[in-house]
Amino acid sequence: MQVKLIVGLEIHVQLDTQTKMFCGCKLAFNDPPNSNVCPVCIGMPGVLPTMNKKAYEYAVRTALALNCEVARFTKWDRKGYYYPDLPKNYQISQYDLPLGANGYLEIPLEAGGSKKIRIRRVHLEEDAGKNLHEGMDHSQVDLNRAGTPLMEIVTEPDLSSPQECRILAMELQKLVQFLGVSQANMQMGHMRFEPNINLLIEEAAGRFRTPICEIKNLNSFRALERAVAYEQWRQQEEWQRDHNFTLEKLGKQNRGWDDNRNETVFQREKEEAHDYRYFPEPDLVPVVMDEAWLAQIKAEMGELPQAMKNRFVTLHHLSEYDAGVLTADRETATFSDITIEKSGTPKQVANIITQFGLKIANERGCRVNEIGVSSDQVAKLAQMMEAGTISASAAATLFEKMLTDSRDPQQIAQENNLIQQSDAGALEKVVDEVIAANAPAVAEAKSGGKKSGKARGFLLGQVMQKTRGQANPNIAGELLDAKLKS
Amino acid sequence: MEAMPTARELREQIRQKKISSVEAVKNIFDRIDRYEPLVGAYISTYRDRALAQAAAVDERIGRGERVGPLAGVPVAIKDNMCTRFGRTTCGSKILENFTAPYDACVVEKLQAADAIIVGKCNLDEFAMGSSCENSGLQRTVNPWDAGRVPGGSSGGSAAAVAARLCSAALGSDTGGSIRLPASFCGVVGLKPTYGRVSRYGLVAYGSSLDQIGTFSSDVADTALMLQVIAGYDKRDSTSISEAEAPVADYLAELDRPIKDLKIGVAREFFDVAGLDEEVEKAVRAALTRYEEMGAKLVEVSLEHMKYAIAAYYLIATAEASSNLARYDGVHYGHRTSRAKDYIEIYTLSREEGFGPEVKRRIMLGTYALSAGYYDAYYLKALKVRNLIRQDFNQTFAQVDCLICPTAPEPAFKIGAKLDDPLKMYLTDIYTISANLAGIPGISIPCGFTAAGLPIGMQILGATFTEEKLLRIARMFETATDWHRRRPMMKEK
Repeated sequence: MQVKLIVGLEIHVQLDTQTKMFCGCKLAFNDPPNSNVCPVCIGMPGVLPTMNKKAYEYAVRTALALNCEVARFTKWDRKGYYYPDLPKNYQISQYDLPLGANGYLEIPLEAGGSKKIRIRRVHLEEDAGKNLHEGMDHSQVDLNRAGTPLMEIVTEPDLSSPQECRILAMELQKLVQFLGVSQANMQMGHMRFEPNINLLIEEAAGRFRTPICEIKNLNSFRALERAVAYEQWRQQEEWQRDHNFTLEKLGKQNRGWDDNRNETVFQREKEEAHDYRYFPEPDLVPVVMDEAWLAQIKAEMGELPQAMKNRFVTLHHLSEYDAGVLTADRETATFSDITIEKSGTPKQVANIITQFGLKIANERGCRVNEIGVSSDQVAKLAQMMEAGTISASAAATLFEKMLTDSRDPQQIAQENNLIQQSDAGALEKVVDEVIAANAPAVAEAKSGGKKSGKARGFLLGQVMQKTRGQANPNIAGELLDAKLKS
Repeated sequence: MEAMPTARELREQIRQKKISSVEAVKNIFDRIDRYEPLVGAYISTYRDRALAQAAAVDERIGRGERVGPLAGVPVAIKDNMCTRFGRTTCGSKILENFTAPYDACVVEKLQAADAIIVGKCNLDEFAMGSSCENSGLQRTVNPWDAGRVPGGSSGGSAAAVAARLCSAALGSDTGGSIRLPASFCGVVGLKPTYGRVSRYGLVAYGSSLDQIGTFSSDVADTALMLQVIAGYDKRDSTSISEAEAPVADYLAELDRPIKDLKIGVAREFFDVAGLDEEVEKAVRAALTRYEEMGAKLVEVSLEHMKYAIAAYYLIATAEASSNLARYDGVHYGHRTSRAKDYIEIYTLSREEGFGPEVKRRIMLGTYALSAGYYDAYYLKALKVRNLIRQDFNQTFAQVDCLICPTAPEPAFKIGAKLDDPLKMYLTDIYTISANLAGIPGISIPCGFTAAGLPIGMQILGATFTEEKLLRIARMFETATDWHRRRPMMKEK
């Protein structure tokens, strides 16, 4: 018996615009209930929606990044259903003319290699408000979220494992953050997932498909992976118990995810198929995407993370790992790119950013361009390291100082005696002095006996001390060895 | 018959301080005190507020300050346009005590023009009806005959102007709701081109058909009112931009007749079974009058006119079923006290709050949009709509306007058409196609029946040609006297 898991994913992403999708209210998280509302998003009598152009551009930007065909003509539709958090009792969405379609996203697989997941469509809609029931005998409605721009991305059923689902979700999160269209902060509920899951079972008796199960409203990668894994197990169990558990006989089902009990549960309410009675939204005009507008959106998009990563690898000869770390988000990627450009020493820049910059940025919970160092400074530091002007350990100290000192690193290093002395001539003098002043140690080092290594180390240490740590230890060591030989 | 100044004349008198606005408003409220109990045009009136505003206008005029084009003139507004003050009921129990938190765009414009808003007028509930009998709150009668309907849905606005309970009024027109009551009440009613006037703040019925328009005692007042309310509003995405269709100066050339006027006479409009003899006679006489003024009559055909009513009652009701979904007892408006769960809040609030015609149209519209029926009904209706639009486009390439009766009959008796909704729907036969095509239309008085009931003539023009349309109407008005007649008002 062969069992194949088939999953298609619907992802809702909250866009990071200043205002809502169809009115001028601001988007905010955790504000007092019903404080970011107006007659339009409350659905008062007589109000009309007006389209947020930025939201549309953000969605098109995403569609382009997902290799979609961008619709040159599209419209809005009303999706009708009654629920207290949906004030108009219809949602303005896009039905049959989504703004993007037929794209793909390449995801890295855990075992290595990558896989193309096809994107069926990308469209825009407005979010509903929130119903709160906890610990009450009634429900309260908060409409702050009502009208938030929501981008819906639907994949083809190309996902074959719970891990792939999680990876796709995480790649999408990285992508939308990189594009600057969404903060995709999971804690703030910026991304929600609805997997559609069924199994293809092949055995001697024939091929069977289990009913497609849609799991509603998962809001973490963990819940997504677990819910898919659970369904994979549950559906196989069900089928093995009763071979009538098929797509033909039972069609589509909706289930919810119980995070406490780690299982999917039957949802009675949503069981009846909704007839949403879609029809074109008469209050909004169609959107026509002409070449000029599309060009503008493309220009604002900048380079995509994958392209940037490839460029770092092929052009700058960085490792896949380093390139990945540097292009993990737009700010780090831009900072790295500019700095590499300025310094001409990609590997050193990568080291500085990964070992010093990101460490501090992560500690502070901000981006590397926000910790206080400029790309000019980092570029200069990288050049200094490449030229041996500063040792690796001194560089760490120098970087610390750069956080609060915006001057040229060369200057800061000089003031703090961090410049590595690599001039052989000057060092030779010091080596001679040390040799002259430490005859017993010199003899020990020359002897080649058990303690000679230690003696050599002692002499080298003296050189370092005399130069207040600024001697280039390699060069000093070479000079010392040469003199000890003679 | 009491001679009263038109809005324009009153405006001039107030400006020249021959009469104060306070006096004019007082006169209006005197008449309201005497005649409103019978007419029932107003759902709400704002005596104190109006007098205070009138006093403020008088003061500014006294100081020699510049005032707006409607300064001091008392106007009324159909009660489906939101006002921050008072209630906006839409003639429905479901919004009986609703106060809007904002003013409609047209209300803002009237106030910026220094008009004095006297009150909010009665209507068929949510603008659904042709007689004003569907109001869930009160009855309005025709000032010419208290046993007859004023027409609908803007029956209150039409009656208020006819009975001189205001100088001018705003109404809304989705299938004829301004033009029809204008014709029944013997006043001038204009429905502008779709998109000419902002719908922001107009409680939606049929979003792709609704348009706010004017009621007045003559065409010059119509021009004055239109000038104030027309124009692009960025809050209404369907309002036309100034670049695409600039707002003309409607008064500048109003009295200049159209030379070589070509009037289209559509055979479909006169072929209607049920077209009253007196109505036909009056409209044909009007056409002759135009010929005497030098116009040429051209016979035209509007091939798809016979499908107009069916298309309208699918599109309008479909949109209405969606637009009225928000009245659910949850956020505002009437909420039932009998609900056991949230589903019952919906079902019982709507059952209690909506009248039978509204329920009927919601059901019809829901059906037309349902899975399995969408293509056969709603989508088909949209296609028919395109054909009707094309018919008009082709016609207006040959003629300057179309003229026909506004209604197949004069004002009918109260209750006469309540037994059969379809009978009522046929009253809209002349007006409905203009909403489907989005073209402007005006109804002007063109005669009276032997029983003394007003007869209206409708003039239709191409989109955004209101300036020409008004001039064509004005030609007839200058040559005749029908619009000057006023009903004998009785007190209750």
